[in-house]
Amino acid sequence: MGLTDIEAKQTKLTAVDRSHVLICAGAACVASGAMEMEALMKAKISELGLTCEVSVFDTGCVGTCDLGPVVVVYPEGTFYVKVKPKDAEEIVTEHLLKGRVVERLLSRTPEEHTVPTIAEHPFFAKQQRIALRNLGVINPEDIQEYVALGGYSALAKALTMTQDEVIQMVLDSGLRGRGGAGFPTGRKWAFAKEVEADQKYVIINGDEGDPGAFMDRSILEGDPHSVIEGLAIAAYCIGATQGYAYVRAEYPLAIKRLQIAIDQAREFGLLGAGIFDKLDFDIEIRKGAGAFVCGEETALMHSIEGLRGEPRPKPPFPAVSGLWGKPTIINNVETLASVPVIVEHGPDWYSAFGTETSKGTKVFALAGNINNTGLIEVPFGTTLRDVVFEIGGGIPRGKAFKAAQTGGPSGGCIPASMLDISLDYESLQKAGSIVGSGGLIIMDEDTCMVDVARFFLEFTVDESCGQCTPCREGVKRMLEILTRITEGKGELADISKLEMLAGGISKTSLCQLGITAPNPVQSTLRYFRDEYIAHVVDKQCPAKVCRALIQYDIVPEHCTGCTLCAKHCPTNAIHGELKGVHTIDQEACIKCGECLARCRTDAVIKV
Amino acid sequence: MAVEKTCCASAEEEKAVRTALEAFEPVRTNLIPMLHAVQETLGQIPGWAMEEVAETLNVPVAEVWGTASFYTMFDLQSRAKHIIRLCESPPCHITGAAGILDAIQEELGIGPGEVTPDGVFGLELVSCFGVCGVAPAMIVDHEVHGNLRPEMVPQLLQKYREQ
Repeated sequence: MGLTDIEAKQTKLTAVDRSHVLICAGAACVASGAMEMEALMKAKISELGLTCEVSVFDTGCVGTCDLGPVVVVYPEGTFYVKVKPKDAEEIVTEHLLKGRVVERLLSRTPEEHTVPTIAEHPFFAKQQRIALRNLGVINPEDIQEYVALGGYSALAKALTMTQDEVIQMVLDSGLRGRGGAGFPTGRKWAFAKEVEADQKYVIINGDEGDPGAFMDRSILEGDPHSVIEGLAIAAYCIGATQGYAYVRAEYPLAIKRLQIAIDQAREFGLLGAGIFDKLDFDIEIRKGAGAFVCGEETALMHSIEGLRGEPRPKPPFPAVSGLWGKPTIINNVETLASVPVIVEHGPDWYSAFGTETSKGTKVFALAGNINNTGLIEVPFGTTLRDVVFEIGGGIPRGKAFKAAQTGGPSGGCIPASMLDISLDYESLQKAGSIVGSGGLIIMDEDTCMVDVARFFLEFTVDESCGQCTPCREGVKRMLEILTRITEGKGELADISKLEMLAGGISKTSLCQLGITAPNPVQSTLRYFRDEYIAHVVDKQCPAKVCRALIQYDIVPEHCTGCTLCAKHCPTNAIHGELKGVHTIDQEACIKCGECLARCRTDAVIKV
Repeated sequence: MAVEKTCCASAEEEKAVRTALEAFEPVRTNLIPMLHAVQETLGQIPGWAMEEVAETLNVPVAEVWGTASFYTMFDLQSRAKHIIRLCESPPCHITGAAGILDAIQEELGIGPGEVTPDGVFGLELVSCFGVCGVAPAMIVDHEVHGNLRPEMVPQLLQKYREQ
C-alpha cells in the first residue's frame, strides 16, 4: 500500500464545520475535570442543535498544565483556561452560538492583560515544538489526523532510501538520546545494523520515572503515531521485524492511546506485513508494573523477558546482545518522536537548532514553584532564565527563585547565581548536573536544599533493585545521615562522610541508578554548603522547612486574641483568653503549622 | 511476607483466573502480562493464582513469586476497598504534599502503609506519576486528583466512602 492509497482511505472530513473546539485530554487536564466539562459542553451543543456546525475534539497535552482544563476554539484560536464544568454552558451559548468571547475565561498576564488567543500566549512564544509538534493540535485517537498533517510520509521516504542513508541522516542531525544518557541515536543504530543476526528488536522506552518528568507520558497520550513511525524507521534501519513498547503501568491513558494507535496503524497497513511493500514490522505493548529501575535498558529487557527487572553489567551493549540475546536498540519516546521530522526535513534543518554540540530541541517539564507549570520544548542553548521567567512566568507569590533541579534523581541543582546558564548537555554537566530526561523542578526561597537532597535519596533507596551493595547499602547510609541532619542531630563530620560515600557509590555501582544516585547531594553540597553547615553547626534550617529545627511563636503585638489558632491546634498547645494575647507551649507543640495557616493577623510566625 | 494459603479460591475465582490466562500464549515473556491479568480479575495476586500461572508457563512457583514480588504494583495480599496513592516526589513535596498527608491522616486516622479498621481505605506513598503540572496530586483507585489543598481532603474521601 502506498501513501496515496492511505490518503484515499481517509474518510472525507466534514468541511462545513463553523467551529472546532479542542479540549486538552492530557492526564493533568483530566485530573482537573476536563472530561466532565466536555460532556456538559457536548450536551449543550446538541441541545442547541449546533452539532452539524460545531465539532468537539479531544487532543493531547497543550502544555499549560496549571491552566487546565484548557479549551481552544478554532478558527479564532481563542484560548480558554481553567474551564470548570459550570463554565461549559457559557462557552456554548456565548461563544459558539453568539460569537462573543467569554472574557472571564481567558488567560491573563501577570499585569492582568487578557490573552485572547493561543498564538499570543507568552508561554508558547519562545518555544520550538518539534517532538511536541502535534500535541494539542490533533486528536491522538484518530490516525487520519496524523496522516493529514504529513504523518507516515517520513517512513515512506525512509523506505525509498538505503538503511545507511537513513542512519547517516540521523547521525548528521546530531540527535542524542533524550531519555537521559544523551548517546548519539544514529551511532546506536549503526552498531545494531552492523551485527549479523537472524532476529533483531527495537524497543520504545516509555518507562519514564524521574520525579518531575512527564514529557513521554504526554507524547504517548497526545501523539502516539509519531513514536510508532519513529520506531518503524529505526526497525528498517537495523533490520528488525519486531518492536516492543515498554510503558509504565502508572500511565493508563498513554497505554490506551498507544494501543488504539497501533491498532489503527495495522488497519491502515502501516504496521504488519508489507508496509509500503518493503517492510515487515509490528509492535507489542508491554506494561511495566511499578519499578523505576526498569527505565535502565538492561533491566527493561529483563522485564520484557518476564524476569525480575534487574540491570546487568554492560558490555555487552544491547545493540550487540539485547533482548533474548539478539541485537536490540532501545530509544526513548521523545527521541523517537523527533525521528520522523528529521527524516522529513533533513538533518541540516534539525541541527540548525541548538548549540554546536547539543543539536536540536529538548522538551522540559516545568514543575514545582513556578507560575506556568507544564511542558515546553526549546532549542538547546536557551537560558534557564528565559525558561523560568519568560516561558514559565516566574515564581508564584512574588517569592525569589532559589534553584532549579534538573535531571531528576540522577541530576543536580542549578543555583540562582547561574540563571544565565545555557540549557545543553555540556553546560549542565559542567555545572554538576545533567539534562537527563528533562525534568525541571523550580524551587523558591522557601525550599530547604538539604531536605530536597534527602527526598531524592529517599526515592533512590525505595527504587534500588538491591542487587549491588554500593547502591543498596551505601545510598541508604547517605539517607540516614541526611535524615539525621534534617532532624538537627547532624555533626560537621557528617558532611565529609557524605562526600566520601558519594564518591565510592558513583565509582562502584552496577548501573546508572546507583552511579548517579549521589548527584543531588553532591550538587547541593557544591552550591548550598552553607545550608548544610547551618543545619549541623547552628542547628537551624534557613528555609524554615525542617520541623525539628523550627518553632512557631506568636508576636504579642499582632495577636488580637481571636482564639482561632487555639481552636484548631490539634494538641491544645496554645493558651490564652478571648481578646488576650496567646502563647504556644513549645513542649506540647508538634509543629504542624495549623496555627500559622489559621491566623488572620499574621501574629503566628515560624522562627 | 508469606504467600497466602492456597485454600481460599472459590470455584468461580479459579475459573475466572483460568479464563484470563487462556488469552495468553504460554511463554515466559507473558509472565508479567499474566500477573496483570490476574490482578485485574481478583484485585490481588494470591498464592494459588501464582501456582496457576506457574503451571501454565511450566516454571517453578518460586520464579513466579520472585518476579511478582519485585514489582511494587502487584499486590500479593488483600487490600482495602479504595487505595489512596499520594505522590511524595519532590514536585509534589515542595508544593505541599506533606499538608495533604496530614489531612488524610487526620481524616482517616491511618498512616502510610496502613488500612482503616473498616477496610475501606488504604494509604500508600508513591513516586511521581507524572502529573506534576497539577501538584500536589494523588490517585484514588484509578482516578487522579490534582491541585490538592488540605481542606479538600474530607469531601474528596467522602465521595469514595459512599461508593
